Amino acid sequence: MSAVERRVAIVGAGIHPFGRTDGVSGRQQAVIATRQALADAGITWKQAEFAFGGSRDGGDPDTLVNELGLTGLPFVNVWNGCATGGSALTMADRTIRSGAADLGLAIGFDKHPRGAFNADPESMGIGAWYGETGLMLTTQFFAMKIQRYMHQHGITSSTLAKVAVKAFLNGADNPNAWRRTPMSEQQVLASMMVSDPLTQYMFCSPGEGAVALVLCRADKAREYTDRPIYLDAVSFATRHYGSFEVFSPWLAPGRADGPTVVAAGQAFEAAGIGPEDVDVAQIQDTESGAEVMHMAETGLCKDGEQEHLIQSGATGIGGTMPINTDGGCIANGEPIGASGLRQVYENVLQLRGAAGARQVPGDPKVGFTHVYGAPGVSACTVMSR
Amino acid sequence: MTTTVPAPIADGLFTWPDDRPRLVGGICTDCGAVGFPRPASCSRCTSDRIDEHLLARTGTLWSWTVQRFQPKEPFIGSEPFEPYGVGYIELDGEIIVESRLTTADPDQLEIGQNMELVIVPFENALTFAFTPAADS
Repeated sequence: MSAVERRVAIVGAGIHPFGRTDGVSGRQQAVIATRQALADAGITWKQAEFAFGGSRDGGDPDTLVNELGLTGLPFVNVWNGCATGGSALTMADRTIRSGAADLGLAIGFDKHPRGAFNADPESMGIGAWYGETGLMLTTQFFAMKIQRYMHQHGITSSTLAKVAVKAFLNGADNPNAWRRTPMSEQQVLASMMVSDPLTQYMFCSPGEGAVALVLCRADKAREYTDRPIYLDAVSFATRHYGSFEVFSPWLAPGRADGPTVVAAGQAFEAAGIGPEDVDVAQIQDTESGAEVMHMAETGLCKDGEQEHLIQSGATGIGGTMPINTDGGCIANGEPIGASGLRQVYENVLQLRGAAGARQVPGDPKVGFTHVYGAPGVSACTVMSR
Repeated sequence: MTTTVPAPIADGLFTWPDDRPRLVGGICTDCGAVGFPRPASCSRCTSDRIDEHLLARTGTLWSWTVQRFQPKEPFIGSEPFEPYGVGYIELDGEIIVESRLTTADPDQLEIGQNMELVIVPFENALTFAFTPAADS
């Protein structure tokens, strides 16, 4: 089998519940998720040939070998903002696909302090004035992106609220979710305005959690599991000149496709299928507007169609286009090292038919994930069984 | 008694003192792309030959929001916190710049309305902001 023909399968998946777990460190949560993933694949840590791990506030990923075992494996730390889970998965996928190894892990975890993230402008090549004067907030970016999108494509505040309502409804059926109390559209709209037009309950919150995945070359997958899930494509893209991304003191006069459009297009092309073939999708919902816009940017629908799709319930678990079936970032919170892998974990459950009360009906066969992070990074997967 | 004259929050952001201040950007001498603040290299063509370029003083509101909670550091605004408007302004024939707005009232903000640059006090310094133009 030549390197380019190699396929990759997920044979083990583990998770530590998202939310707030006082007294359990981010690293401990990662160890718990990793042991669960190893057990799910029926292997031991000694068999892992490599690992990629990411975390912002939870500790140094490569130090997990202290608890997991000092086997000498290459454990590489990765970091790409909120897309960090996508980075870990991309690198693990490439490592196997290239023929460099047969079996390894992608691990993501985090444990953030309460409240919105505070970013350092100078670490991103922006002057200190940008943060000092109060422009260095992801919340403002998402608010202004959806504000313009609503203006251009006729999306209503009711639709933004319904995205959050769905998230909490799905979260209620997910024992690993953080926000598990259903909420009405009126409650979402009446909550505190954070950054117009987005209210408090339309936003995810920084939180805690961990996910680990065991990956192997596809032709050996059945040595580990009778339910392998195949990674048909994993793509990763940064921004082009002209895209509108978080932390931008200025924008080019003309708009270019954002990294989500690019990464999604690459993933579908590599998988040889189209968005219409997707049975279940997990897409970045930093807040309600992001889910709306990412539906179109990933190709799942056209600009403006979200209004009808969401109002009619198409993106619910029983709908024609189930999105964020585990409650997404809105119900799970955002531990940024872990979120991209949480999406893949959820699709593994859905494609195995093991998602319990939130199982998508109709025996889903194709899953899609999309994660987005600052300063304009997207990673997508197409998965199948 | 001495009076301290407020200084710009950072060097090179805008012309000052100036009756008709301008934001100070850069223009790529190879491809003509404009950036703000003046970039070290061109993000369109990758050239590092950048000349100073003063941006247009007026434009239209491209998008906006209101910051309604007190940001963490590195924000230096003092308490009690006052909400402030933030927007992107499409400068006439040029780039779109992000800026504080002089109003935080959603009823006074509409995409497409005319805006103009002003220099405003911010804490013990001066920064730039855009305000609804007198004729809009």
